[in-house]
Amino acid sequence: MNLTLKVWRQKDAKSKGKLESYPVSGISEHASFLEMMDVLNEQLINEGKEPVAFDHDCREGICGMCSLYINGEAHGPDRGVTTCQLHMRMFKDGDTIYIEPFRSKAFPVLKDLIVDRGSFERIQQAGGFISVNTSGNTQDANSLPIAKPMADKAMDAATCIGCGACVATCKNSSAMLFVAAKVSQYSYLPQGQVERKERVLNMVDQMDKEGFGNCTNTGACEVECPKGISLEFIARMNKEYSSASVKAEN
Amino acid sequence: MSKGFSKSSVGRKVLMALSGFFLMFFLVQHLAINLISVFSADSFNAASEFMGTNPLVQFALQPVLFFGIIFHLAMGIYLELKNRAARPIKYAMNKPSENASWVSRNMVITGIMILLFVGLHMVHFFFPTINAHYITHEHLDAYEMVANKMANPVYFGIYILAFIFLALHLLHGFQSAFQSVGFNHNKYTPIIKKLSYLYAIAVPLGYAIVAVYHFTNACCSSASCSL
Ligand code: HEM
Ligand code: SF4
Ligand code: FES
Repeated sequence: MNLTLKVWRQKDAKSKGKLESYPVSGISEHASFLEMMDVLNEQLINEGKEPVAFDHDCREGICGMCSLYINGEAHGPDRGVTTCQLHMRMFKDGDTIYIEPFRSKAFPVLKDLIVDRGSFERIQQAGGFISVNTSGNTQDANSLPIAKPMADKAMDAATCIGCGACVATCKNSSAMLFVAAKVSQYSYLPQGQVERKERVLNMVDQMDKEGFGNCTNTGACEVECPKGISLEFIARMNKEYSSASVKAEN
Repeated sequence: MSKGFSKSSVGRKVLMALSGFFLMFFLVQHLAINLISVFSADSFNAASEFMGTNPLVQFALQPVLFFGIIFHLAMGIYLELKNRAARPIKYAMNKPSENASWVSRNMVITGIMILLFVGLHMVHFFFPTINAHYITHEHLDAYEMVANKMANPVYFGIYILAFIFLALHLLHGFQSAFQSVGFNHNKYTPIIKKLSYLYAIAVPLGYAIVAVYHFTNACCSSASCSL
């Protein structure tokens, strides 16, 4: 396949970036999108140019590192996949492909296509954990019975890989789907009960401080989420938040 | 109650939904009175006389209604501006219609169209009523007033257009409000979505039928009627 790529180039966080056009040729339809990016970078290096900086790690859809807004959609035109799982057969010979970083005030661009998703880390640090001593006194998993439906729901929420596609695709740059997944995951489990109220209050508070927008229930996040995290969790978080607010002491 | 509730994104969303629920309840009540005008001018006048003079309606429900509308639209516009600011650099290529409906993405537009209509509607009916009741103390024939306004094809057209925008707003708004207050259930959410269509079409259609009735009535009783 021969393609024209329109890639966002930006020297560093302070520079103004712009889209650059690059032709690539001989791309296999079996290649993944990131392999295609590797081909582009080798070509740029051979021409003595600066390669395009982009995030990636596992390249098998589990780490959430790869990002990219491809042809107007987070992680490109396929559903339920990350960019590393996106195949070039989703495109046609002769296509022009726009490749942009995830855009949000809370995800500043560091270089080219790499954005700083530290805002997600700070939300997690505000409450996405349980405080137990795990050193040397780990319990047997079966000593704490958990009903199957609850365990399933918790697992569904826990599949969120923190990639940020939900923010990138949302017209409001809202992080509600991510935060809802992280809040819900613990709310179903007995271990999560002790810090349940502070968790939702603190995580939502941190989310707001980071400058994400407000959810208007368009549902775009659910469609673009590579892990199929459901809007149901956002409703759950809204309920958790309201009830924690009513019961809060100050 | 935590102090941060009304300042948080989730709290504001819940308040947006509660004001939305309240307005949707109001729409049904208002429609019920409008429908009376199709059946009997006298009953309609009696109903509007009651609404215009009853102290409970005037001094308790009406202020709540004004507060509800103003809160809903001010918060809606404020949040929209904040949301736009949350993405300072836009995408060069974006396909929002791939994953979300037009109605869900344009609530502020359909909302502002409703707002403009509400303004006109106040000038047409609310201010003259207040004026007659509290300032000139004249008798006001509410039915006459409605029939006169709806006889004007331009006003009639604007009203019909406004009901279309109302339907678009509610197509998303009705089900969205349930999600906002935290109600999402495997079994009931699909039913709520169906009810959403029912409400969003039936209520504006009801208003439109009343408007069409008065428009055709005026049209057929005028000298130039060809029917
Ligand atoms: C009788 C008139 C109106 C009714 C019945 C109504 C109803 C609703 C409902 C039920 C919602 C959903 C709330 C939620 O998702 O939590 C909503 C949202 C909204 N409304 Fe209205 N509304 C009306 C007028 C207006 C007006 C005049 C504006 C002016 C700008 C407006 C702007 C908005 C906005 C921006 C949203 C947020 C979008 C969202 O969260 O989905 N609405 N409305
Ligand atoms: S909710 Fe989905 S889209 Fe959002 S961060 Fe988690 S995995 Fe990514
Ligand atoms: S590189 Fe790990 S999910 Fe794509």
